[in-house]
Formats: sequence, C-alpha cells, structure tokens
Amino acid sequence: MSETGAKTIGAPTLKKRFRVDFWQVGSFLFAALAVLPVLAIIWLALFPEENIWPHLISTSLPGYIKSTLILMLGVGVSVFLTGVSTAWLVTHYEFPLRREFEWMLLLPLAIPAYVIAYMYTDLLEFAGPVQQLLRSVFGWELARDYWFPNIRSMGGGILMMGLVLYPYVYLLARAAFLEQSPNQFEASRLLGNSQFKSFLKVSLPIARPAIVVGVALALMETLNDFGTIDFFAIRTLTAGLYDVWLGMGNLGGAAQIATTMLTFVILLLSLEYFGRRRQRFYQSGQRFKAKTRMQLPGRRAWWLTLFCAVPVIAGFVIPVSLLVNLSIDYFDVSWTPRFRQYALNSLLLSGLAALFAVLIALLITYTRRLNRNSRRMLFVSRVASLGYAVPGAVLAVGVIIPFAAWDNWIDALARQWLGFSTGLLLSGTIFAVVFAYVVRFLAVSIGSIESSLSRVSESMDMAARTLGYPAHKVLTKFHLPLIKGGILTAGMVVFVDSMKELPATLILRPFNFETLATYVYQFASDEMIGESALGALFIVLAGLIPVIFLSRTISRSNVVQSTRETI
Amino acid sequence: MKAINLAIGLVLATVAVPSLAGQEVNVYSYRQPRLIEPMLDGFTEGTGIKVNVLYAKKGMLERLKSEGVNTPADLIFTVDIGRLSDVKSAGLTQAVNSDTLDANIPDSQRDDEGHWYGLTQRARIIVTSKDRVNVDDIQSYEDLASDKMQGRVCTRSGKHAYMVGLTAMMISYHGEPEAEQWATDLKANLARKPQGNDRAQVKAIKEGECDVAVINHYYMFNMLNDPKQVPWAESVNVIFPNQADRGTHMNISGMAMSKYAKNSENALKLMEYLASGKAQQMYSEINGEYPVQEGVEWSEQLKMWGDFKRDNLDLTDIAAHRGAAIKLMDRVGYDN
Repeated sequence: MSETGAKTIGAPTLKKRFRVDFWQVGSFLFAALAVLPVLAIIWLALFPEENIWPHLISTSLPGYIKSTLILMLGVGVSVFLTGVSTAWLVTHYEFPLRREFEWMLLLPLAIPAYVIAYMYTDLLEFAGPVQQLLRSVFGWELARDYWFPNIRSMGGGILMMGLVLYPYVYLLARAAFLEQSPNQFEASRLLGNSQFKSFLKVSLPIARPAIVVGVALALMETLNDFGTIDFFAIRTLTAGLYDVWLGMGNLGGAAQIATTMLTFVILLLSLEYFGRRRQRFYQSGQRFKAKTRMQLPGRRAWWLTLFCAVPVIAGFVIPVSLLVNLSIDYFDVSWTPRFRQYALNSLLLSGLAALFAVLIALLITYTRRLNRNSRRMLFVSRVASLGYAVPGAVLAVGVIIPFAAWDNWIDALARQWLGFSTGLLLSGTIFAVVFAYVVRFLAVSIGSIESSLSRVSESMDMAARTLGYPAHKVLTKFHLPLIKGGILTAGMVVFVDSMKELPATLILRPFNFETLATYVYQFASDEMIGESALGALFIVLAGLIPVIFLSRTISRSNVVQSTRETI
Repeated sequence: MKAINLAIGLVLATVAVPSLAGQEVNVYSYRQPRLIEPMLDGFTEGTGIKVNVLYAKKGMLERLKSEGVNTPADLIFTVDIGRLSDVKSAGLTQAVNSDTLDANIPDSQRDDEGHWYGLTQRARIIVTSKDRVNVDDIQSYEDLASDKMQGRVCTRSGKHAYMVGLTAMMISYHGEPEAEQWATDLKANLARKPQGNDRAQVKAIKEGECDVAVINHYYMFNMLNDPKQVPWAESVNVIFPNQADRGTHMNISGMAMSKYAKNSENALKLMEYLASGKAQQMYSEINGEYPVQEGVEWSEQLKMWGDFKRDNLDLTDIAAHRGAAIKLMDRVGYDN
C-alpha cells in the first residue's frame, strides 16, 4: 500500500501509511468479482474430457482460424471507415440535416446482428423482392439461370456486422472529436496543411485511444457472435467452440478454445497499448472555444448528407421497414398481451446493468488516475474488462459455477449450524442475470469512460488537490461535468447491449421469466422469422428510447454545440 | 417512480414463486415453450398443479450439474436421444417406476432403467422436387451419396444434432469407414455449402437451388400450416427412406426426472399426463410429431402420409456413436 500511496496525486505520504485506500480496495474487489467467471472458465479448461487439439488441428482448426481472421479484418476495416468518417463529418462540417444525423447515426446500434442478417436475407434471397423483380424483368426462372451475390456468405457477414457495429466507433470517435480543442487543428491549418491532412496528422492521432476502444469492442463482439455466423454458415472459432462443447460434450475442450481466443484478444490489445504507450494527449486550455464547422458551398453540402445517410438507411431504415412489414403480416400469430411484461423485464434488467457498469467503471477508471496510471491499476482495469472477450454462453457457464458453489456452500453451512436449508440464494435469480450483463459489458463502460477521462489534463487534478479538494470531490466537482458525455455514452451502450443480450439471459434467468430477447429467440432459433418480427421490433423500439434520449443530452451538454448558431 | 416500483414488484414476484412450496412442478426444458405450453396448460387445468418452465439450450446441463442437490428442477424436457443420454450419464437423473408409463410407452422408446422416457418420435425424411426428381432414384439414405445425386442435395450443417444422429445411425449399421465414405460422397453431392435449418432446404428446392433434401418430418407439417410457406411444401414429394430394408431413421423428444427433484410426486403426475392418450394426441395435432404411445389417433396430416416402417435400432446405440459422428463430419469437411 505505501508504495502506491506515495504515488497518489497530492496525497501526504505520512498520513497515508495509516489509512486504507478505499478507492483501491473497492477497485480490487469489483475487478475480482468481474473476473470470477473468466477464472471459472480457465479452471474448466484444465479438465477437458479428452484432448481436442490433435483432432481439431488435423481437421477444422485452420479453417476456423482463417474465417475468424477474415471476418475480423473485414468488420474492423468496415467499422473504422464508417465510424470515423461519419463522426468526422458531423463534428467538422456543416450540411443539411447534420444535427439529425448526429443521433440517427447511432440507430443501427439498437438492432441485434442476427435480426439484420435475417432481414437482409429475406430481402436479397431468391424468393425476396429484389431477385423476383430481376427475374420478372429478365425472364429467368430458377436460381441456376443467373448469378446473384449470396448474402449468406463471408461478404454478407462482414457487411451485416459492419452495419450494426460501426456505431461503437462513431460514438467514441465523435465524443473524442468534440472534446478536442480546435486550437491544435487550427494551428495545423495555419501551417498550411489541408483539411484532410490536418485530420490525418492531428485529430486522428489525438482520437486514437477512443477509436481503438471502439474498434476493439466491435471486433470482440464479432469474435463472439454466434447467431449471425451460424445463419450465414461462416465457420469461425466460436462455431468450433460450440461444436466441441455441445456436439462432442467436451466442456473443458470448449473452455480451452475460449481461453485461446481470450489470449488472442489480450495480445492484440496489449500490442496496441504498447504501440502508443509513450504518447499521451491532453487538451490544451480553452476547451470551450467555439469550433467552426466548415460549410461546403451550395449543393456540395448535400453530398455529405447523402454520405451520412447511407449507413443509417442500410443499417436501420431498411431492416426496420422490413421488420414492420413482417410484424404486420404475422401480427395475429405473434401478438401477446404479455409483451408489456417482457418489455418491462428487459428495461429493468438493462437499466440495472447500465447503472452498475457505469458506477464500477467510474470507480476503477478514477482509481487508476489517482494512482497515476500505475501498472497495478492498469492490470486491474484490463482484468475487469475480460468478460467481453468471452462468448456469452460460455461466460454464463462461468457465472453459474461460482454462484452455485457459493449458494451450495452457504446452504451446507446453514444445514450444519442452523438446521435448515437456504436453497439457492443467487443462482437462478435476476441478480445472476444482471451480474452477467455487468461482467460482459464492463469493458464497454470502462473503455468509454477511460477514453473520456484520459483527455482531461492531469494538471487539473493537481490544481484541485493543491486547493485542498479531496479525491472524491475532484471527481464529482471537476471531472464528472467534463466527462458527462463519456459516462452517458457508456450507460447507453451497456443498456442497448443488455437489451439484445441472449445466451446469458436464457440460461441464468428464473423460471417463467421472459425478456424480449428470450421471447424472440424461441422463434428465431427455428428461423421462424415472421413470428419473431414483432418481438424484434419491440427490442429495437425499447433500445431506441435511451439512444434518442441520451444522444440529445449529449448534444445539449456540449457547450461547443450551443455556439453553433452564432457562427 | 410508480412504474419502476411496479416493475420491481413484478420481477420479485416471478423470482419468489418457485421457492414457495405449493402445488407445483419445475421444468428445465430444451424445448421451446410454445411447443409444450398447450400440454402443460392441459395438465394444470386438470390437476391444479402449476408448471414453472425454464427454457434454455446451451449451458442447461452445466446449470443442473452446478446446482447439484439444491437444484429446483424436477423434470428435464429435451429433444434428441443424445441429450437424454447425456443427462443420464452425468448422473443428474433418477430412475422412475410407473406402471402407467411402462404401459403407455413402448420398451424401445424408454431407458432400460427408467431414467428417461420418450414422448414423441420424429422421422428423418427425404424430400425431392416434384418437377425434377424421379422418386425411384432415391429411396434410402444410402442413395443420397449415389452418382445420380451429384450437385443436387441440400442439408443443414453436418454438426447439427439431427445430422449427427443420422450419421451416428450410419456408423452403427455400416461401421465407421463405410459411413465416412458415405459422408464423403454425400458431401461431394451437395448443391451448396450446408446452411439454414430444415425448412430452408425445402425452400431451396422450391427455388431450384437443390433437388433433394433431408429434413425432419414435422417441418413439412409446420410449412403446410403457414400460408406463406405452403407453396414450398407443395413443391416436394415426401419419401420415407429405407422402406425396403431397415426402415426410416427416428429420433425422439423425451423427459427425465431430476435426481434431486423436490416435487417428485407432481413430477411423476406430469410425466404420466404427457404419456397419456390425450396429451399424446395433442403432440400429434399441434406439433405434427408421432406419438410414442401406440393406438393414439394421428393428426390428419400424419394419416395422409400413412404408416411406414420405422428403424427400431436401439436409441442408446445412436447416442454412443455421436462423438465419432461429429468427428467424422469434421474429417470429411462437411460444412466447408
């Protein structure tokens, strides 16, 4: 303790020795809880039913690895280009409908990847309206009469995931661009650099931590997806993992694959981290100086509108229209008055998860800052984020094991000493479900809050502490107003992700308990797309509430925004 | 605020229900609630016993195992013989002795020691395009691998339980090397990379992408009940394979009593109800599955397809070859 105590910003060293650092203790505690399921999986990996690797290596493993890498590369490039370019346009250019696009670009986030995959398959497959039209125009009859790109393919998978995952990058990049002081950018422009070169050389590097977090989140989501890749017959490592677990009944072998994937993710992230470890970017003073957005002459501004419209139309308008259409067709067989209850359940679980994920992320991120990014706290924050790198169903098993062990232990104690059985206290309750959400999505909130906080200069902490403010006051009085955007973003993304979460909800929930996602699943799992459409629509609508509400708050909280009119 | 309180109250109510001792029975189900709800409602109506259901797939076995002696589960519902034998061999079930069950469910459709009981049977049938296939060319699973079928066959993923079950059956009749040759030839005959569920294969026949597919029979039943999908179903002929020799491959859906069932009396009542003529007939009417109980009246559609010779290979034999089957599919690169 004393070693880190000495490092604590502005804390008197002498006093420190006699005091427990509640910030660090709290962070350690929550990080330990969050990593518990991952540890359970690593533990499982030690006891495979049989050694799965010789068989895998000689058969499907090379194929799994190849398609996993292609998929991740494709989605990575796609979300980077879409997310960064749109974020740049809405923050630096003035064009018609710009303010609307600021939040509309978030909309695809509310759509589960497998739902958009179903919708586009319906649209583009042989029996869909597009090919029907082509056939009637050209007089073709059977599928073998002509060539049409197959949506159920690697390319289709990259396209679908890119469409629903780019908002991660957009959100974080936009927040980073907004928080950037215009001074550096203007300096670059004054030095004679073009708009684009200044973006490349100044704005992009400053936003790099945020963009990397966004791309990393999208990639981990891709790595763990099962619904979409299964529907599109893309055989990634996750597909292999489920084969080994459910087909061959080898949970230990599956845990080994999960652990391998986890190691891969950690390596990737640390490579990036070391790549920029010597760089640190802070805002120079006068953050809130009005930023001028560039106004393109006349009609050319509409091209920017069109550019931003593409991902919104392709990622939201088209799939939701199809969803509405199907919901109407199948309304009679899919409407149930219980939807209200399912929606309430979904909202409650997701709301709780968002709240806890944000609070814990704030605690861990701020403690790390208090300790001047000490290695120990870096480790703590990375360890707490591991849950995101594990497929949902596997993580759920990682939750089941420690929870049941704890419950059974308490029960055994109670039986022995008190003479009655407590049964299962935590297993099979909504607490277990919320816990799983928090573990799964903590990486999202830590990433968002961390990238926001890292842009606030540390001289501010020093000044505040010198003035005698205690650590928690510095956080509430100075940081919170500055990183409000990052916090709201974190809460919103965790909320929407929890709304869509399926595998952990399914297996951890109590009896007779449905959320919108579990209700949709019983049809979607059988590819009964018509019957599942109405429920999926409800997920999208419920997910929209926070997207719209919070994106407006972000806009309003942003002083830069309000000065726009005066430009 | 009121809405939040209400929501919390409702959720707590749902959580608390199963822990209250009352007239109830708790089910862990691999089967979708919509498929079993009508039968469970019938049971509750008749007995006043409430049925609590948890539906899940991945991880159910692990949840049961971890919860151990404190598990709330009284009954386990599942499809596929593989899962039934998995829960039994994991030591999570108990033997049930019931004259009613023994009388209603034939020997071949239940575990020798009474650990699990079959409820319905599903046939793995072959469907062929009415326009493009001569049904004499394809009368058995072996024919799927014949030269005549080159580039014409469609199936779902070779790792799916239904395809694994079929392959396991081929292994137990022909031995592993011959089954592997069959799978290799079948793979070579595929019109496209395995994808979609069984229904999607029928659709692909209608669209001309394939001519022949292997599916579970009740998918035909479901399509005939969905106005939009009737044309798909009507574009194919239904073939019950291997009528000339061993009969059509059958798999089951079934039930087992949890080893630590707290409401074992109610659980037994529910088991007996589901094996009764009334519930068995509902399975056939609503889901289009074949009742295990003999003499139960089939639904109109099942009657129309008529009686056929069923393969009466011991189900545990199929379960035993599952691991080998899935590895075999890996070796022939079936899904690539």
